[in-house]
Amino acid sequence: MIEVQGLRKSFGAKRAVDGVSFCARDGEITGLLGPNGAGKTTTLRMLYTLMRPDAGSVLIDGRDAEREPLAVRRTLGVLPDSRGLYKRLTARENIEYFAALQGMDAATTRTRCDALITTLAMQDIAGRRTEGFSQGERVKTAIARALVHEPRNVLLDEPTNGLDVMATRSLREFLRGLRAAGRCVLLSTHLMQEVAALCDRIVIIAHGRVVADGSAAELRALAGEQHLEEAFVKIIGEAP
Amino acid sequence: MSATFVVFMKECRESLRDRRVLMNSLLLGPLLGPVLFLVLMRLVVGRELEKAERPLPVVVIGAERAPELLNALKQMGLAVQPPVADPELAVREQRIDLALRVAADFGAAWRAGRPAQVEIIYDSSRREGGSDVDRLRGMLEGYSHRNGALRLLARGLSPTVSMPLVVANRDLATPQGRGALLFAMLPYMLVLTIFIGGIWLAIDSTAGERERQSLEPLLINPVPRDRILLGKLLATALFSTASLTLGLLAFLVVGQFMPTEQLGMSLALGPHFFAIALPMLVPLVLLICIAQILIAAFARSVREAQTYLGLAQLVPLIPSIVLSVLPVKAQLWMYAVPLLGQQLAIMRLLRAEPVPGFALALSALVTLLATTAVFILTRRVYDSEKLAISG
Repeated sequence: MIEVQGLRKSFGAKRAVDGVSFCARDGEITGLLGPNGAGKTTTLRMLYTLMRPDAGSVLIDGRDAEREPLAVRRTLGVLPDSRGLYKRLTARENIEYFAALQGMDAATTRTRCDALITTLAMQDIAGRRTEGFSQGERVKTAIARALVHEPRNVLLDEPTNGLDVMATRSLREFLRGLRAAGRCVLLSTHLMQEVAALCDRIVIIAHGRVVADGSAAELRALAGEQHLEEAFVKIIGEAP
Repeated sequence: MSATFVVFMKECRESLRDRRVLMNSLLLGPLLGPVLFLVLMRLVVGRELEKAERPLPVVVIGAERAPELLNALKQMGLAVQPPVADPELAVREQRIDLALRVAADFGAAWRAGRPAQVEIIYDSSRREGGSDVDRLRGMLEGYSHRNGALRLLARGLSPTVSMPLVVANRDLATPQGRGALLFAMLPYMLVLTIFIGGIWLAIDSTAGERERQSLEPLLINPVPRDRILLGKLLATALFSTASLTLGLLAFLVVGQFMPTEQLGMSLALGPHFFAIALPMLVPLVLLICIAQILIAAFARSVREAQTYLGLAQLVPLIPSIVLSVLPVKAQLWMYAVPLLGQQLAIMRLLRAEPVPGFALALSALVTLLATTAVFILTRRVYDSEKLAISG
C-alpha cells in the first residue's frame, strides 16, 4: 500500500513535482499516466527514496519513506528508469547479487531465482553473460533482480519501453500475476493502451500535478468521452 | 554476509573477468616501472661504463721498435692492429680511425735519454674518433710521466720537481651521479604501480556503473551507501595491492641485473626491502584508491574519469622531484606528509640507511587519517541525489 500526500520537488527554478497526492492499493495495478516530462520519474524516485521530497510525505505500508528509508526499501521492488545490468555477470549472477544485498541466504536465493527464471521464461538466458542481451532479455533480468526478495510493493518506471509485442504481452501477464498474489503494483507510462489493458486505477499527471484520478470508466465519464484516449487528451488539455 | 563483503566479492568477480583490469593490475602496472627502470639504467649507465672499459683498437706501425711501450699500452687496454702500408692515406680514406707510428730512431733516442717520438695519426674533423684519440693520448702521457719520474729518481731528484702544477678533474656528471638521479625515480615508479593497479576498478565501479546505468538500481537496495563505497574501495585496494606486490617482486628480479657494483653503490633491493616496503605502502594504497574513487565519482563519464585520473598520476611526481633536486636531510615532518613520507622511506631503504620505526608509524597514521578524511568526503558525494542519476 502506497500513500502519497502533497509531494513537491524542484530542480532549481523548475518545479518537477508540484503537489502530487494519490494512493495505490494492495491487489491492484495503479498506473501513473502522463506525457513525457510530467514528473512521473521524479515522483517514483521520491517513492523509492532515491530523492528527498522538498515537501509532502510518502507512506509505504504505513512507514514513512523519509524517516525509515532502509526499512521502506526492503518492502519495495523497483524497476527504475535506468536498468543497467553488469555485463560481465550472467543473468543469474545479476539476480543473485541483489538477493545478497537484500540479505537473503543462499538456499532461499536459489529457490526464488529458479521460480522467477521459470515465471519469466528466462531458462535459456539465465546462464549467459548479459552482454549482448536484447532489450526484452534485459528488462526480464532487471525485473527478476528487483523482485527476488518478494517485495509487497512493486514500482515500475515505463516497464514496456522498447519491448516488442510478445514481450509486452508476457510482461502484462506477469504483472497480473502479481496483482492476483495481492501485491501493490504501481507503474508509470505515457502509453494509453498500457493503462487501458492493465490498470485498475489511473492517476493522470501533467505539469507535476495530479489532474485526474480514478478507474478507466470514471475518467471517461469525467471527460464525457467514449474513448479513454480522447478523455486523456481532454483532461490534460484542460490542466492549467 | 555483510553488504560490504557482498559488494567486494561482486566487484572482484567482475574484475577478474575484465581483460582491461587484468592487463592494468596484473601486467602493465607491475611491469612498467621495473622494465622502464632497467632500460633507462642500462642505457644511461651501461653505455658510459662499456665505453671506458672496452679495448681500444689501434693500428701500430713500428711496434717492434718499442716493445716495452707496447706492453704498457696493452695493459691499459690497447688492442694492437697489424700495420698498414700508408697510414695517412688509410685515415683520410676512413679505412681506419687512428694509427700510432713509432719513429725509426725511437730505440736509440730512448736509450740516450732524449725525447723519443711517437705519432698519433687521426682526422679531428671526424667526431666519433675524438674520444678514442683522447684515450690513446692519455695512455701515452701516463707512460711518459711514469718514465720521466723514474729517470728523475735515478738521478736522485724528486719527481715532483718536474710537476709545478697538478690539475685534478672533478666532473660531477659521473655515471654515479646519473645513476643516483635514476634511483630517485624508483619510489615514484612504485607509487605509479599502485595507481595503475587500481585505476580501472575505480573508474569501472563508479563512473562506469553510472554510465551503464546500473548505479541507480544498486542504490535502491536496502544498504547504506557507505557500505557499498567501502566494498568498492576494498576491491580496488586489493587489485592495487596485487599490482604493488607483483611490482615489488619484479623490482627484486630487476635488481639482480642492475650494474650497481660498477657504479660503486649498493642498492638494497633484497627481501628486507620487500618486507618493509610492502606493509609500509598499504596505507598509501588505501589513500590512493579512495582518491581515485572520489575523482571518478565526480566525472560524468568513463572517458572523463580516465582523463582526470591520468592527470592525477602526475601528483606523486612532486615529492620525487623535491627529493631528487633539493639535497635536504630527512626530517621527521616529511614522514607526516602522505606520499612524501613513503617515498623518502623507500629511498633510505634502498641506500640501506635506517628508517626509524616511529617515523614509519607516523607516516602510516597520517596516511590512514587522510584516507578516512577522503572517505568521508567521497561518502558525501555518494549521498548526493545527483550521483545515481545518469543523463
